[in-house]
Amino acid sequence: MKFKSVFDIIGPVMIGPSSSHTAGAARIGRVARDLFGRQPKWAKIHLYGSFAETYKGHSTDVAIIGGLLDYDTFDERIKTSFEEAEKVGLDFEFIPETGHVDHPNTARIVLGDERSDMSLMGISIGGGKIEITELNGFPLRLSGNHPAILVVHDDRSGCIANVANCLYKYDINIGHMEVSRKEKGRMALMVIEVDQNVDKEVMDELSELPNITQVTRIAD
Amino acid sequence: MEVLFRNVRELVERAEKEEKLISEIMIEQEIMITNRSREEVMQQMDRNLTVMEEAVEKGLRGVHSISGLTGGDAVLLQAYIEKGNSLSGQLLLDAVSKAVATNEVNAAMGTICATPTAGSAGVVPGTLFAVKNQLNPSREQMIRFLFTSGAFGFVVANNASISGAAGGCQAEVGSAAAMAAAAIVEMAGGTAQQSSEAFAITMKNMLGLVCDPVAGLVEVPCVKRNAMGAANAVVAADMALAGVTSRIPCDEVIGAMFEIGQTMPTALKETAKGGLAATPTGKWLEKKIFGGAVVGSGQ
Repeated sequence: MKFKSVFDIIGPVMIGPSSSHTAGAARIGRVARDLFGRQPKWAKIHLYGSFAETYKGHSTDVAIIGGLLDYDTFDERIKTSFEEAEKVGLDFEFIPETGHVDHPNTARIVLGDERSDMSLMGISIGGGKIEITELNGFPLRLSGNHPAILVVHDDRSGCIANVANCLYKYDINIGHMEVSRKEKGRMALMVIEVDQNVDKEVMDELSELPNITQVTRIAD
Repeated sequence: MEVLFRNVRELVERAEKEEKLISEIMIEQEIMITNRSREEVMQQMDRNLTVMEEAVEKGLRGVHSISGLTGGDAVLLQAYIEKGNSLSGQLLLDAVSKAVATNEVNAAMGTICATPTAGSAGVVPGTLFAVKNQLNPSREQMIRFLFTSGAFGFVVANNASISGAAGGCQAEVGSAAAMAAAAIVEMAGGTAQQSSEAFAITMKNMLGLVCDPVAGLVEVPCVKRNAMGAANAVVAADMALAGVTSRIPCDEVIGAMFEIGQTMPTALKETAKGGLAATPTGKWLEKKIFGGAVVGSGQ
């Protein structure tokens, strides 16, 4: 079941005009910002399907930039996000694409700063609900309904066990977990949805584990 | 995930067996799934209700969108109702005007509560605040109206779609109207079964409705489709309360809506390429608003 809460249906409270193309778009932008962990300096946003056809009318562009500036769906500043982006030095570009995608409301956000870059693909599935389908080329599924941790690591034996052990130590229960890699022995990714919020202490311990490159938390 | 109901049949059966309101089943499921207290869940819905009230009030004072395509119709309707000569009746037109008010605020990038989406946000509050004047519900009953709507919306979202891009307007305003009809029945004292009949009757009359927004804006025809969604909901609720039933069961109507959405051409699913968006006037408006640029072609 993709829609779990009644507030997925009666909600979110948001700035108009579209739950999928405005609120959902803002949420995709905000997740990208969360995963990047800091204010990006530049962003290229590729829009597909209905997003590409109607983004101006639905203020999808304004909303995604709002999300990249860490605004929630009901934040009035979404309306002036382009001006706000200029103030904080965020350069951005929107690229409507004609290629086929699985879901009609798809956005690919590539962003970065002088230190690193990141790419993310998100879909807006209706009523403001979103799914992140890809991170740095890795396919993934994040419902957004539970706290989640993303762990980028080297593809070595023991990595997964170490992470699971660490979570067990803090009595954190894993609800859903996916592991993927691009190539044997190279970079891999763990996506872990948990039942409890993960505090900084746990995050620090996870990032100290051998062969772990990056640990990011998405709070509920 | 354990849930108390996956479709309307299970929802109605549980309500009948446990002798509970549909809203109560929805509240219990929410508490179970999110692990929150009843108080927290009720408070969150109370806040959503307040957002809806404020949006209606704002719309009735008069708003206009940036494009200039929509705004001011809620004010016209209220002035007309006050003259007392309306043909369709005070309650029905009041629901229509309040649905329009909400969507005019939405089109003007105001704050609204999606029910189930922003483009269809007018129907549920529009009917709620109109029916309120006749039934004089308590605050809790008004909050319950939203949980009942939500219970039916939950079934539609998980078994079909509430996205115009995926299923057309029938998935948005169609779902909203059917959700509202079911909630009106509960507030008026009807049974759980009657709520499901009202839902089915409404949805049947929304099947096939396409999503063809002019210039890709959530304005034309969205605002007026919310108006008619509200009218449809009130009439269907009355029909169900009178004892009229749907020959096709509720869940099968939802299934039909999903199938129709799947086979609907992409041009009619929120791409602004077909239907009213592709009419000469629709295209002219698009050009006027976006300064001649062809939206979405990448040129």
